Amino acid sequence: MSSHSLEVPAQSIGLVSPQKVLIEKPLTLACGTVLPSHELVFETYGTLNSDKSNAILICHALSGDHHAAGFYEDDSKPGWWDHHIGPGKSMDSDRFFIVSVNNIGSCFGSTGPTSINPETGTLWGADFPSLRARDWVESQKLLMEYLGINCWAAVIGGSLGGMQAMRWSLEHPDKLLNAVVIASSMKLSAQNIAFNEIARRAIKSDPDFCDGNYLQEGKAPLHGLALARMIGHVTYLSDEALGKKFGRELASGDFVDGTEDPIEFQIESYLNYQGDKFSSNFDANSYILITRMLDYFDLSREYNNSPVEAFERAQCKFLLISFSSDWRFSPKRSQEIADALITAGKNVSYAAIDSNQGHDAFLLPNSRYQAALGNYLSRVADQLEAAQ
Amino acid sequence: MSQDFSFISTWIKSGSRLLDLGCGDGSLLADLTRAHDISGYGLEIDPESIENCISRGVNVIEQDLNKGLDNFADNSFDTVVMTQALQAMRYPHLVLDEMLRIGNQCIITFPNFGSWRTRAYLAFRGRMPVTKQLAYEWYDTPNIHFFTYSDFEALCHERNIKVLHRKFIAEQFPDNLLKSLWPNLFTETAVYHLSR
Repeated sequence: MSSHSLEVPAQSIGLVSPQKVLIEKPLTLACGTVLPSHELVFETYGTLNSDKSNAILICHALSGDHHAAGFYEDDSKPGWWDHHIGPGKSMDSDRFFIVSVNNIGSCFGSTGPTSINPETGTLWGADFPSLRARDWVESQKLLMEYLGINCWAAVIGGSLGGMQAMRWSLEHPDKLLNAVVIASSMKLSAQNIAFNEIARRAIKSDPDFCDGNYLQEGKAPLHGLALARMIGHVTYLSDEALGKKFGRELASGDFVDGTEDPIEFQIESYLNYQGDKFSSNFDANSYILITRMLDYFDLSREYNNSPVEAFERAQCKFLLISFSSDWRFSPKRSQEIADALITAGKNVSYAAIDSNQGHDAFLLPNSRYQAALGNYLSRVADQLEAAQ
Repeated sequence: MSQDFSFISTWIKSGSRLLDLGCGDGSLLADLTRAHDISGYGLEIDPESIENCISRGVNVIEQDLNKGLDNFADNSFDTVVMTQALQAMRYPHLVLDEMLRIGNQCIITFPNFGSWRTRAYLAFRGRMPVTKQLAYEWYDTPNIHFFTYSDFEALCHERNIKVLHRKFIAEQFPDNLLKSLWPNLFTETAVYHLSR
């Protein structure tokens, strides 16, 4: 679709474009490596108020990027959280200044495995240092300073994004008023780590992976990355959602005796398409790096493995949201966060929303989800506007 | 503040930790937070009520009381409150035990099915009472365990629950004499403050 025929839907933020900043302050990563400088690509929606108090930070998940809302010219597909970000939407760009950043180690323009290591002048590739969620938080903190924001009105994220929001509340308790943690967990289960390892092995066993040096070799492990994504994609959906969307419908061929046409189910065709689309957009080293980051995340490891002791540091209020059919980050995980926060005496509300969309529900429209998030943030905006 | 809320308010210490089971739209927690600066949490399953709580800034946790309260530790709250919901629980006596395990004290309000109005309704119409307080037909009511003031007194006695205070409310009978002489007959809403 050309930009001329692009009709911007109502309640959309409209056309947006990304910005890029070179953060020149050194960033010491959890692994000990120091990045003397790093680049961040980000988008903003809405207007920062005069006392710079209405800023929201959006934290993306495994495969997310900075393009969370609105449209690019020449692109008919809006940002990944467009259902929730825009004028009058649950994250209301008429009231908040919303910052969405592509995090380091990812592959959409911010410093990561596909960037040049300034010290060697060559691609980082597989040598990009291993990352923890806290590294993303520290990098986001540097962006915050660059934007002149002293305190976030809210830090919001789903899945790995929720982990960053929780980490923010512990690492910089006085730098956020609210943490919104959606379909997330204080640590991954063995089953979750298992799925991530299957994905990594799929990538590494592609002959074009070349021990991670595929870019230098002019190759790309497209097959392995597509397979990794197909595995992940199935786990982000529910049995019911897949059944409803595809059932046993055929994409080609039929079951009539005597026909030799290959039979392909719609779900096969869909998954192959999703896998291929993903592998042409995403970097395999980034996928390995970020799935490891998910696996390593453990909110309370350094707090005697006590989530209560960890959350005692927090000063912000919390909103938790889970989805009933999410089996990768199940409602039980959110309930555990709620229990720890209540025991720690923190302000917390928790909505356990009925949905048949699996883990993906956090990206999709849902009236209860939108009402819970919208009501919560509307109150935050009321208080900020009253204080102005 | 409504009458039952004002009784409850007098029993709550400033700054205490309070858990409200079936907190509805969060109005009790909001009132008590204003009056006593409590640290309060409500449990609720109705989506609209949850949205209302969130709007007014009351801490609300989506949790089904009938599935148990195992996630709350012993004595983790100063007071556990349940207003007008005990009659809707699957096992009211077990809920009461859980409330006294989690809280040092608990407060219960319930509609008294022994009031003259409900008795007269059943006696003269021969139909299950539908009153302002119990506004449901028998087939669609969430209130599955009807009990009277005397039934509740007996339950407390059987389970060795201490009654710290009891208050009786009846809109038509502001006169306390009738309610104190014949509480089971002239009380519409009973308010109990309990401990082990």
